[in-house]
Amino acid sequence: MKPASFIVILLGGLLFGFGLAVSRMVQPEVVLSFLRLQDFGLLLVLGGAVAVTLITYQLVPRVLKRPLFEVAFEVKRSPMNRRTIGGAAIFGIGWGLCGVCPGPAIAGLGAGIWILALALIGIAVGAYVHGRTTKL
Amino acid sequence: MTQLFPNGWVHYLVGGLLIGSGVSLMFVFTGRVTGMSSVFTATWSYFSNHPFFQQARYVGSRGWRLALALAVFLGAALWWWWLGPTHALTTQLPWWRLLFGGVLVGYGVRMSDGCTSGHGICGLASLSLSSLAAVCTFLVTAIATANIVAALGVH
Repeated sequence: MKPASFIVILLGGLLFGFGLAVSRMVQPEVVLSFLRLQDFGLLLVLGGAVAVTLITYQLVPRVLKRPLFEVAFEVKRSPMNRRTIGGAAIFGIGWGLCGVCPGPAIAGLGAGIWILALALIGIAVGAYVHGRTTKL
Repeated sequence: MTQLFPNGWVHYLVGGLLIGSGVSLMFVFTGRVTGMSSVFTATWSYFSNHPFFQQARYVGSRGWRLALALAVFLGAALWWWWLGPTHALTTQLPWWRLLFGGVLVGYGVRMSDGCTSGHGICGLASLSLSSLAAVCTFLVTAIATANIVAALGVH
């Protein structure tokens, strides 16, 4: 990746982490109060993020032939199969238990919730077990 | 309104718009689809020679994915320093829920190849039906789990 792209990734990540902290989604209690249907704020986080990204993903490739610093826009499509859906089901069980998903696990540490290191370690362990037990 | 959003709604919407702006910025300049869960598999490629971790998609992206994770951390730290409370935020959740919940999250998101950002933001914005199905699935199991755990009075 070009150095200029690297700098954009850093800026984009800063915005991402700052936004996660602003939304307070870094705090497990906020996520759990949404999952217990006591505060629907997380729908606004998801809705706001999807709205902006939807416009970008759908519009920009029609206007620009390629991204400003690289050769092609990545197209990522997950297959509709047992892995995609079954994995999502397992993820949800874990999310309902700990109230932490991958982005907030990283951002939560930055926001000073040090104990989220436990969730981060758990996610890393889970990713390792998945890699070691999955046939290519 | 106050029943749906007892803690206010503006910060949720602003946070979401900022997150979407970050994802958009990276797409416009680098063309990358920036979900947050892949970094957890990609980083293992530094430490494990197992063929699963040595796939090109992980070895080829691990550098910028780690940089992205570091920036997400720093972005939240910037918020804490600039706008956050004097005392660090904390959580009352017991350690074992964070740790064991985390293991299930890590296994599940890698099996599904996406999480709340990969399927939730990038997938939905790509109009991907499989991502929509994944989002509906993890919302259902997460809502069920959180309510069952609360009903059992687990702390």
